[in-house]
Amino acid sequence: MKYIDEFRDGDVARKIADRLATEARGDRQYSFMEFCGGHTHAISRYGVSELLPTNVRMIHGPGCPVCVLPIGRVDMAIKLALEHDVIVCTYGDTMRVPASDSLSLTKAKARGGDIRMVYSAADALTVARDNPERQVVFFAIGFETTTPPTALAILRAQREGLKNFSVLCCHVLTPSAITHILESPEVRQYGTVPIDGFIGPAHVSIVIGAAPYEHFAEEYRKPVVIAGFEPLDVMQAILMLVRQVNDGRAHVENEFTRAVDRDGNLAAQQKVSEVFELRPSFEWRGLGEVPYSALKIRPAFAEFDAERRFDVGYKPVADNKACECGAILRGVKKPTDCKIFGTVCTPENPVGSCMVSSEGACAAHYAYGRFKDIPVVTA
Amino acid sequence: MVNLGGIRKEVSIELVPEAQVGDYVIVHVGHAIGMIDPDEAERTLALFGEMSAATGVSA
Ligand code: SF4
Repeated sequence: MKYIDEFRDGDVARKIADRLATEARGDRQYSFMEFCGGHTHAISRYGVSELLPTNVRMIHGPGCPVCVLPIGRVDMAIKLALEHDVIVCTYGDTMRVPASDSLSLTKAKARGGDIRMVYSAADALTVARDNPERQVVFFAIGFETTTPPTALAILRAQREGLKNFSVLCCHVLTPSAITHILESPEVRQYGTVPIDGFIGPAHVSIVIGAAPYEHFAEEYRKPVVIAGFEPLDVMQAILMLVRQVNDGRAHVENEFTRAVDRDGNLAAQQKVSEVFELRPSFEWRGLGEVPYSALKIRPAFAEFDAERRFDVGYKPVADNKACECGAILRGVKKPTDCKIFGTVCTPENPVGSCMVSSEGACAAHYAYGRFKDIPVVTA
Repeated sequence: MVNLGGIRKEVSIELVPEAQVGDYVIVHVGHAIGMIDPDEAERTLALFGEMSAATGVSA
């Protein structure tokens, strides 16, 4: 496919790897966090880590949408389906996120809940139009990339005067999560999680632009390089980070200029701010309560807010004791540090949320990381 | 209507109103969320692994 294959070329990957080997200084360590789950997936699938010099280490970040969804939020969706007789529509990966009582949306469906997998928010609207006698809730999750389509769905529902459609809004924000990680004791007390810079997300940055990261570069003196989602993009971004560290610079640089500019997609941002406002606080799996890190539906659209329409309060629920997802999402631990990785917990039977989506650190490592000799080739 | 490596699919371009037939768009959950600039793509390909430290644009 055009603009994909060229960015997966194995020869070019080796060329970048050689540059990295030359430029990464032997007398120091480099640790960079790739925030986004898409990059975690690319790094594992194409064996990017194996091409890096041994003193350049990648730390997986919390940018995998289903991974950071806390149990209590999935419980709300399950309750809507099982106790309020609502049709719950959601994205595929969300269906398998472990919830309370060994349930997940998939298992709740087996118990008779009317839960449907949709490909887009617009499909959930269609379900509502087709079932005028039932209430339909779209369980909306994800970062800045999935938020604009949810906003469009709510705006359309309002235009059409749909009375049976609402949204359980669990949309979260990338910049606040990065701030939270930079403020965490593990990072501030240098030593536990050293982070020398970030690879900025691809899809998210298309929407929000490069400007929101300038704060980290300035305030925390951490370089940020926004990278496209192909393996060569990621490798080039790592090279750019190494160069910034070597030069003592902390800037926002953009490797993904073919799709990202400083301002992002203004049309999308406008729809989002029309429909949503900041939540004072939101619980993330792994990160806990993070101030101003998520969105809720504005009062003007209250009738489309499932949290107002139905009596389903949020109750925090602790994760499975054996699961290390929390520490993994903060970059403190690796999937292999978890005692039940690959044994009790597998993609077929996930115990924790990081094993659910292919973007999750555990699932990515399970699928690709166990085989150390995968060459970078065109997929 | 977009063509994903041979598979044709309908996506919404409500979020990229400037998109024209023939453009390359980036699709996420059934919506085009951004466009690809072919000149920038070529420029990035040319920069991969080059010596120059002046890659990318500082924002
Ligand atoms: S392997 Fe499973 S249980 Fe262990 S940290 Fe990963 S998701 Fe959690």
